[in-house]
Amino acid sequence: MSATAALPAPRLRLRGITKRYPGVVANEAIDLEVGVGEIHALLGENGAGKSTLMKIVYGVTRPDAGSIEWDGRRVSIASPAEARRLGIGMVFQHFALFETLTVAENIALAMDEPPKPAALAARIREVSEKYGLPIDPDRLTHSMSVGERQRVEIVRCLLQSPRLLIMDEPTSVLTPQAVLTLFETLRRLAVEGMSILYISHKLDEIRALCDRATVLRGGRCCGTAIPREESNASLARLMIGGELKACQLVPRTPGEIELELTNLSVATRDPFGTPLDGLNLRVRSGEIVGIAGVSGNGQKELLAALSGETLSPHGGMVRIGGQPAGRLDPLQRRALGFGFVPEERLGRGAVPLMSLADNALLTGASAGMVRHGLIRRPVMNRFARETIAAFTVKCSSEQALAGSLSGGNLQKFIVGRETRLNPKLLVVAQPTWGVDIGAALLIRQALIDLRDRGVALLVISEELDELFMICDRIAVIAQGRLSPTMATGELSVERVGVLMAGGVSVAEAADVAA
Amino acid sequence: MSPPDSLRRRLWPFRLERRATPSAAMRLASPLIAATAMALTGLVVFLILGQDPLTAFRVFFLAPLGGSYEVGELLLKASPLMLCALGLAIGFKANVWNIGAEGQLIVGGIAGSAVALFGSDALGTLTLPLMLLAGALGGMAWAAIPAFLRTRFHTNEILVSLMLVYIAQQLLGYLVHGPWKDPAGYNFPQSRAFAEAAILPALVEGTRVTGAWPLALLLAVLAWLFTSRTHAGYRMQVAGQAPAAALYAGFSDKRNIWLALLVGGGMAGLAGISEVAGPIGLLQAVISPGYGFAAIIVAFVGRLHPFGIVLASLLMSLLYLGGETAQVELQLPSSITGLFQGSLLFYLLAADLFIGFRLRRIPRPVTP
Repeated sequence: MSATAALPAPRLRLRGITKRYPGVVANEAIDLEVGVGEIHALLGENGAGKSTLMKIVYGVTRPDAGSIEWDGRRVSIASPAEARRLGIGMVFQHFALFETLTVAENIALAMDEPPKPAALAARIREVSEKYGLPIDPDRLTHSMSVGERQRVEIVRCLLQSPRLLIMDEPTSVLTPQAVLTLFETLRRLAVEGMSILYISHKLDEIRALCDRATVLRGGRCCGTAIPREESNASLARLMIGGELKACQLVPRTPGEIELELTNLSVATRDPFGTPLDGLNLRVRSGEIVGIAGVSGNGQKELLAALSGETLSPHGGMVRIGGQPAGRLDPLQRRALGFGFVPEERLGRGAVPLMSLADNALLTGASAGMVRHGLIRRPVMNRFARETIAAFTVKCSSEQALAGSLSGGNLQKFIVGRETRLNPKLLVVAQPTWGVDIGAALLIRQALIDLRDRGVALLVISEELDELFMICDRIAVIAQGRLSPTMATGELSVERVGVLMAGGVSVAEAADVAA
Repeated sequence: MSPPDSLRRRLWPFRLERRATPSAAMRLASPLIAATAMALTGLVVFLILGQDPLTAFRVFFLAPLGGSYEVGELLLKASPLMLCALGLAIGFKANVWNIGAEGQLIVGGIAGSAVALFGSDALGTLTLPLMLLAGALGGMAWAAIPAFLRTRFHTNEILVSLMLVYIAQQLLGYLVHGPWKDPAGYNFPQSRAFAEAAILPALVEGTRVTGAWPLALLLAVLAWLFTSRTHAGYRMQVAGQAPAAALYAGFSDKRNIWLALLVGGGMAGLAGISEVAGPIGLLQAVISPGYGFAAIIVAFVGRLHPFGIVLASLLMSLLYLGGETAQVELQLPSSITGLFQGSLLFYLLAADLFIGFRLRRIPRPVTP
């Protein structure tokens, strides 16, 4: 299987890597080989052990057993600094950039022996031009988009001239067009002999980019594949060990307007936040409307304005079920039939150190769990038990602590709780973020079932595939402005990508709407 | 590896690692572990001070339990500690850090005394209930200041409530040196002695323990019902454990802060008036040996649980009494009480750290 490896010794070879944490085996006897100039995919669901394996390669964690060979020589990587010295660079999923510093300052901070500022700026320009990653070293980070920040991270790695570049889910924050640009760069780097280890769960990307793939499932290596010769279905089978079912979205006529935003503008207190600028949107009962967009374009602010955590300047800017709700607090909005599944599960959607039954009460006070100010435990327990059964939440009982559940199971519980409180309007943020495929399917189907029962749903997600799968209409948010919604069937990924990039297209679209 | 890193590892080759599942049994046992460690520390201190440890232990820990009068004293001192700690714990669980129970206790004492000094002739048998009510309201009023400033101006309630302690002490000093000073009191800084109807009677003949003790026990039960059975108690716990979840659920932050401070202040005020109307019997320049501060330790030693606080208040009361007998019988300095209190809290925090984390030796890096 060394089609692309030109030299006999691969650049990186892992043998029998095992890492145990208290209670879980994160990696079990994993073998992995990356050749010189190869783009190698590490494919697996969330929780399959990809991140642990990469942390071991980058020297963040040490394996309990197994060996690492670098250019045919056995090495022990004790720290990221040592990994960098060997020639390993890593671009993390979440960027560690200081917002108030310039690009050059941020890069200098991350270098073990930074050169003089002037020399560094020149080198940044040189490297960024060479690889088609234009960035200005003197720009302040907070003014940059997420895609631009990722470029900073990549350039930061390239400055160290690594021979192996690890990229952890790099496209989750990019528009479709930016993804194509990134792939060009990566291919160019590979041609020059750099090895790339590409971590992802997105099958299309892996098939488009990677020479070989190693598939992880449940902490074990469950196969290698040549992605170009596989289909999405066959790769998914390897990754989840079963068939992938598609969701059914039967067309239906939507009913009454349940949510109406009229020229919603909200200033932000956060200096790095995005103010909302004249948003208009209607969501009717029995339809799912999706909002696409690269994160940091006002999604957080929009969610807070919808949930009532920030109040709008005028009550009429947000109408729930026809009632002006812009000045109502979250509880009053719930009374109007508003339900909400937030993006962060632990600490927001659920209290980690409380049981699932206690977490049912978080938003369920109106469902008979409180009478005369007193908690009715039997009602809470029954509600939690029924939610667990209906959404196949894997847990010991309704008394299990929310923090002890996996992300997918907790998300199922939270979606289940909000669903079973019979909302007329449900707002869901990142419904399947960090959730395994099985749970994601169940959650999407639950949202579609709600739609078919006549609930109005608004889904805000960064996963375009997901929005195309479950939404009747899609709007795009960019720089705090919202495009008009478009029927999903008449919409292409490219068109959404252009809108996500913001700028002229949004303005044009807004003009058309006006 | 960089030199400072390797040097650090050679000097201290350990690191703290979070335990996957902290032991629930140890969480309950940690106050006992802390008390034992405190006793052992006391042993060393007694040895250094040239005392026979056995005698010192008998004087410190057993003498205060010697007879019914002594047990009465134990309960008497435990009452204000318990009252203050119960109220504080409700706030601490909601992330409201009222450090000023001492000040609320003093103002509660002043407010109750006002009823005793200026109303006892007219009020008759209503005097005592009204004094207790005034005491609770006085404490609440003092605690309302940090509550208002935090909810209105986002001030830090730790600093405001703490600074208000010193203002309360000055206010008390002004009253007993000035307008409320007993004209027939030989210029001592104290008020007139309270009338018979304004004094809490002793519960048992031959002791000084008053109705404040059973009242505190009743409030402990009520506090337990509040935290475990009411929606308001639930909302406060959510606000303490996960503020973002409380915002998401729409629980009012301001209501929690007000409730936490008013409950804490009211209980502390009750403690203040029950001291003044109990063992002291008049208003004087100092009415508390730091009960309001010691109650913070009591609340944590009691695991912020009302029934734990009942036991912890007895332990803390024993430390106060033991310190007093040690001063009298062994001529030890009065700071011995503070030393025991401080080391108890220190060991408790240390025990809690090791329940959540374990100390692991860093394996030596093997270089091939």
